[in-house]
Amino acid sequence: MRIIIIGNGIAGSTAARFIRKYSDHEILMISEESEYPFSRTALMYVYMGHLRLEHTKLYEDGFWAKNRIDRLHGRVTEINPVSKSVQLHNGQSLSYDILILACGSLPKKFDWPGQDLQGVQGLYHLRDLQQLEDQTGRIRKAVIVGGGLIGVELAEMLRSRNIAVSFLAIESSFWNTVLPAEESAMVNEEIRRHGVDLRLNTGLEEIYNDGRGWVAGVRTGHDDHLEAQFVGLTVGVRPNIGFLYNSDIETNMGVMVDDYLRSSQKDIYAIGDCAELWTPRPGRKAIEAIWYTGRIMGETVAHTLCKGPVKYDPGIWYNSAKFFDIEYQVYGEIEPQPVEHVQSLYWQGANGKKSIRINYNSATSPNFPLAVRGFCLMGIRYRQEVCEQWIRSRATIETVLPQLGLANFDPEFFPQYESRLMDLYYIQSGKRLILKSGRDRDAVTRFLNKINE
Amino acid sequence: MNDRMKNAESMSLSAGVHSANLSPVQKGALGLVGSGILIQLIYWISFKTQNASVWLWTSILLVSAGSVWYSYETYHAHPPGIKNNGVWFRSLTARGSLAWLLAVILTGFYILLYWYPQYLGQGQGEGGANSGLIRLFDPLSQYLKGKPASQWFVYGTFYTLIMFLMGIKFIYKYRHDRYQVLRTLSVLFFQTAFAFILPEILQGLNRPYFDFKNIWPLNYYFFFDWHIDGLIQSGMLGYFMLFWGIVSFLVLTPVLTWFYGKRWYCSWVCGCGGLAETAGDPFRHLSSSSLKAWKVERWMVHGVLVFVVVMTAMVLYTRFTGAANILFLNSYQLSAWYGFFIGAAFSGVIGVGFYPLMGSRVWCRFGCPMAAYLGILQKTKSRFRITVNGGQCISCGNCSTYCEMGIDVKSYAQRGQDVVRASCVGCGICSAVCPRGVLRLENGILDAGYRTRTKEELDYEERSGMKPGVNK
Repeated sequence: MRIIIIGNGIAGSTAARFIRKYSDHEILMISEESEYPFSRTALMYVYMGHLRLEHTKLYEDGFWAKNRIDRLHGRVTEINPVSKSVQLHNGQSLSYDILILACGSLPKKFDWPGQDLQGVQGLYHLRDLQQLEDQTGRIRKAVIVGGGLIGVELAEMLRSRNIAVSFLAIESSFWNTVLPAEESAMVNEEIRRHGVDLRLNTGLEEIYNDGRGWVAGVRTGHDDHLEAQFVGLTVGVRPNIGFLYNSDIETNMGVMVDDYLRSSQKDIYAIGDCAELWTPRPGRKAIEAIWYTGRIMGETVAHTLCKGPVKYDPGIWYNSAKFFDIEYQVYGEIEPQPVEHVQSLYWQGANGKKSIRINYNSATSPNFPLAVRGFCLMGIRYRQEVCEQWIRSRATIETVLPQLGLANFDPEFFPQYESRLMDLYYIQSGKRLILKSGRDRDAVTRFLNKINE
Repeated sequence: MNDRMKNAESMSLSAGVHSANLSPVQKGALGLVGSGILIQLIYWISFKTQNASVWLWTSILLVSAGSVWYSYETYHAHPPGIKNNGVWFRSLTARGSLAWLLAVILTGFYILLYWYPQYLGQGQGEGGANSGLIRLFDPLSQYLKGKPASQWFVYGTFYTLIMFLMGIKFIYKYRHDRYQVLRTLSVLFFQTAFAFILPEILQGLNRPYFDFKNIWPLNYYFFFDWHIDGLIQSGMLGYFMLFWGIVSFLVLTPVLTWFYGKRWYCSWVCGCGGLAETAGDPFRHLSSSSLKAWKVERWMVHGVLVFVVVMTAMVLYTRFTGAANILFLNSYQLSAWYGFFIGAAFSGVIGVGFYPLMGSRVWCRFGCPMAAYLGILQKTKSRFRITVNGGQCISCGNCSTYCEMGIDVKSYAQRGQDVVRASCVGCGICSAVCPRGVLRLENGILDAGYRTRTKEELDYEERSGMKPGVNK
């Protein structure tokens, strides 16, 4: 059986590895982007000079041949589900038994005047990195539009080359559609601390042409004129499915897939950024263009194809990022706005660079009163497995707090702030709890083992 | 790698040259360092002998002040955090021409130091007066132990001074990270007190030179006749030193390694490690993390361990039987070879001279028999490992790149598997540079085995750190 995977990002290459692990099928991975799979999230470090591109490869070059995963560097122009074949840019046609679409995203644009000028771009593809190198080599000023994760990364990248950055975000506070107000304010501060001119409540109206086809500046929604030799558009991504329009595969924003990641066409699956679920889990989005879900989808589709069908289960939500020097981790549900029946225990310290938030059901909640719902960490590392276990088992805040040290994953000798949360809980509830567990590894193992028994 | 990747890479290099430019203040600070070094060079080249004391202190002051000023200037403008911008753009840190120049200078210095000290100004013959560079250090040596300097005294002073100055830089760079700060203070303390001042004072008191933290088999001459005899002739103190040397190898090392891994030595105590972690830090990313390098490493480092064990056994055999030969091996010959090839050429010339080309731990990784011994203990009898935080790895490659021992940390992290590797010195930089908080250095007795695999197994098998619904 021959399986063709279009795309070699984290979803596609994970699928390939697990298919090999589970079976002897012939595997061909096609990518127009790069010959060897690399980590997209690491592109920023290449630009900043922390890494070379070769360091971002997922595996050593020999890995793929050793595991009999064939690679093809080329672009798929068309898919024919009837003849079960894909058409390449050079006219070549390849037949498949199973086709997995893992073709990722494209940066979004919103029909701004001047958005196609030289010096205006998004950041997603390897090509974008190359373009960024070309276009920012000798510039002084840049504007970034869109206050999300890629935007803040791009800001950090440009600042590493001493380029003045104005960062426009339509929101009233950075990424406050996801982050609660306090964490969002903390990131505003951090962005400004690194010399970025962060402009909140500010949209983009127009990008100016310098008369020679290059960007000269922008006009904001407040009618401010900002000089810029580069404009980064980071207002999100959309599935990269343009080449599928003639294929009769049902699409909306992305390729529509069922719980088994099957598209509307027989033997065609879609995973990662380009997949849109018919029925996402409650509280989850139909398209989750993040690293971790891409990887889980890759594993899931491999299992379905080789070891029997399983439904895609993204598990308990988690994600992480880094805003300049502040690391961010989230486990479970953290709502950006206060929600009825949900209480928050929030501690902030270290000059506004560290915080811990635990959300839990209020005592009056109709479902699972006091059960812990989610953790949100800034500048502090927590253990995923421990947090997930508490959330999954609906442990109450009063069970979790005395054990909270088990979750701490900061390096040795780093100060621990868990006892501060006991104090806060006392103020909030009148109940005095005492911290019993530290971050001792054996205690953590015992805790996790007991659960697994 | 395809052409597009190659292009992107070469472009990063060319474009980045601009961001590697130094500020005028940084240049000024480096100018001070340069003038301090120039004094020593002039003194050395002209083989001067006058006013050593004044020039020595002026030179040390200039170098120190300039270096501390440079460190401050480099880091104070930026908030605390990871400071690796431009590492792969700079000539000095990306194997450019400056790196080659530095490697040649360092290598040359070590060759003079070990085999041609007279060109550094070492006095010749019994009571021969020093001149040049070594004469410059006479006043300090006289002050510490009442004797003129030797090339080893000059080397020890340089070594300690550089560790201190680069240690200050390192602490400034990692000021947000208490683990890094503490272990740097620790290596600075052990270098200054145990390797530099205490042995010099002992010699001044006509006691044997003894570095209490230099443990056999790193200290390969511990069981040599002249060393043992020297200790025995020094009475109670000498016997204690002999006892300490054996206990530290037989008891202290396994016990501490059981509790904390080999890092207690390699990253907290050892002088070679100390230099690598401070002076070598700007070059840590140059260690190859390829599978091939790992294979070479295992053969070489264990080969040296076998060499030192055989050599020591022969030396002791000769001591107790008087016979120098076993079959075709001659104990005198063997120990001379070891001293030349491993003691001098490998640990010094290559170990430090190649910092700018092969990374800061060339010796520790490929040559140090103590590291091999500690590594065997760490792999088999230790609670230490690096744990991976669930399925959070984004495969960015910072951990593998900045691992000075060339461990491909990412290959473990992206599969959610704990790292238990003989070579890991526990410097903690992988954990520090990880942008997602995935790695933690931990000591624990439970389940050390089931989450760890060999690299060969890793290529095919895995136990995912994340828990998708596939097994339910």
